[in-house]
Amino acid sequence: MARIIVITSGKGGVGKTTTAAAMAMGLAQRGHRTVVIDFDVGLRNLDLIMGCERRVVYDFVNVINGEANLTQALIRDKRCDSLYVLPASQTRDKEALTKEGVGEVLEELGKGHDYIVCDSPAGIEHGATMAMYFADDAVVVTNPEVSSVRDSDRMLGILSSKSRRAEEGEEPIKEHLLLTRYAPERVDRGEMLSVGDVQEILSLNLIGVVPESKAVLNASNAGIPVVLDSESTAGQAYNDMVSRYLGEDVPMRFLEAEKKGILSRFFGG
Amino acid sequence: MPAETTTSPAPASAQAPAFELKASSFTLPVIRLLGLDMDAVEAQLGSKVEQAPGFFRNTPVVVDLSGLPKEGGALAFPQLVGTLRGLGMIPVGVRGGDAAQNEAARAMELAILGDNTRASRQQASEPAPDHDDGGATATHAQQAGGAEVGSVLVHRPVRSGQRLYAAGGDLTVIGPVSSGAELMADGNIHVYGPLRGRVIAGLQGDTTARVFCNELQAELVSIAGHYRVSENIPAEVKGRAVQVFLDHEILRIEPLA
Repeated sequence: MARIIVITSGKGGVGKTTTAAAMAMGLAQRGHRTVVIDFDVGLRNLDLIMGCERRVVYDFVNVINGEANLTQALIRDKRCDSLYVLPASQTRDKEALTKEGVGEVLEELGKGHDYIVCDSPAGIEHGATMAMYFADDAVVVTNPEVSSVRDSDRMLGILSSKSRRAEEGEEPIKEHLLLTRYAPERVDRGEMLSVGDVQEILSLNLIGVVPESKAVLNASNAGIPVVLDSESTAGQAYNDMVSRYLGEDVPMRFLEAEKKGILSRFFGG
Repeated sequence: MPAETTTSPAPASAQAPAFELKASSFTLPVIRLLGLDMDAVEAQLGSKVEQAPGFFRNTPVVVDLSGLPKEGGALAFPQLVGTLRGLGMIPVGVRGGDAAQNEAARAMELAILGDNTRASRQQASEPAPDHDDGGATATHAQQAGGAEVGSVLVHRPVRSGQRLYAAGGDLTVIGPVSSGAELMADGNIHVYGPLRGRVIAGLQGDTTARVFCNELQAELVSIAGHYRVSENIPAEVKGRAVQVFLDHEILRIEPLA
């Protein structure tokens, strides 16, 4: 049975889809059979980030409604053989996701894959609760600012009470904290919450800190998951996150502001 | 003597709900019968009522049958009810009776009440489940609160949007309580961790209830209806281990040692 990972946050725009794409690509690159599902029905974006938007024929809702089978709907990634994308429907709304339907699709996918990454929509409504309901692990994506931290806290409460594991009294969902858009210089200037601040509020296992990076936007626009950009700090940080998820002990990077040498200062780097 | 009165708001429109269903606890006088001689009961109770007629007038009473001798015949329920009504009381129910006595009580339209002293002791000794409620409503906690009496222990972080209620007992949290979370208890509240949410101790009006915490950063602290919001909590106690209690209707926050 595959391990189901939900990428969630509560708040929008913090980097859930980027993280879902990075996580899925990272796992697949390490040889794990992985599928990433877009749960944001009506506002689908994952296909753009994964660069497969022109190959979508059938989607998640078609499969739930029995209008297509999984083989027809799954899109194989061109860069990595063991990665598949299950896109969301852009024309329906989130009510199309039923607990039974989602459960059946996940069970079916679980037979042929090692990891299922669920990209949750923002909010705590139906779409988000469907994305997390069957999860085994959760990555809570948080920006270092108060509203994002509070929304993540709220989401953690929902994870611990409204999931299948909670309802059936099983071992609770394993929760991980991922801090994104982190800018150490701004933390030093007191303009941003530090890793320590966020961890103190959320008291959660930290799985990674992704620095603010232009590479993320560029990668999104190009449809290439940023984890493939090993030159960029964000790409490296996401790679570390995947390694940590798989149990490797990787030290945290990009927590300190870079010491600017005389040359980079001169060139404005 | 009702400990809490609930009044339904008058319907504002046809769509407004006509009533609310709530659970509430009341303290009622219990008459514990020690013998089957109803004439003796009438005589002795009569003299008691004479001493304090106001106290017994229209007072709901519960008859406790657990002290009756096991042998010696059946209790004359119609006579008992007649006696109580004659003295101005309203018999509402019985407790501690056997099957036959309960049957007779039912025939007189008396409620069969649980032996709550024993029940609450049993429930308090059981491990209390946590009332995690991801939704912003308190439905879950209130439902559970209506059914269960006793203290509640939670050893997980209480997250923003969660509400916990310990009905009739203390609430203890081992872990942080986030801003936007709400803890309520009829008794005391203990938080072993930073307290950043709202706490309401003595929810049913117990003015002796207290709040204890390791690190006070609460948004609101309330005891039996007397409250302070974060803005009115003095800076010198913020972030410290404190106890909060009522002193002559004044909410006091004092550092612990």
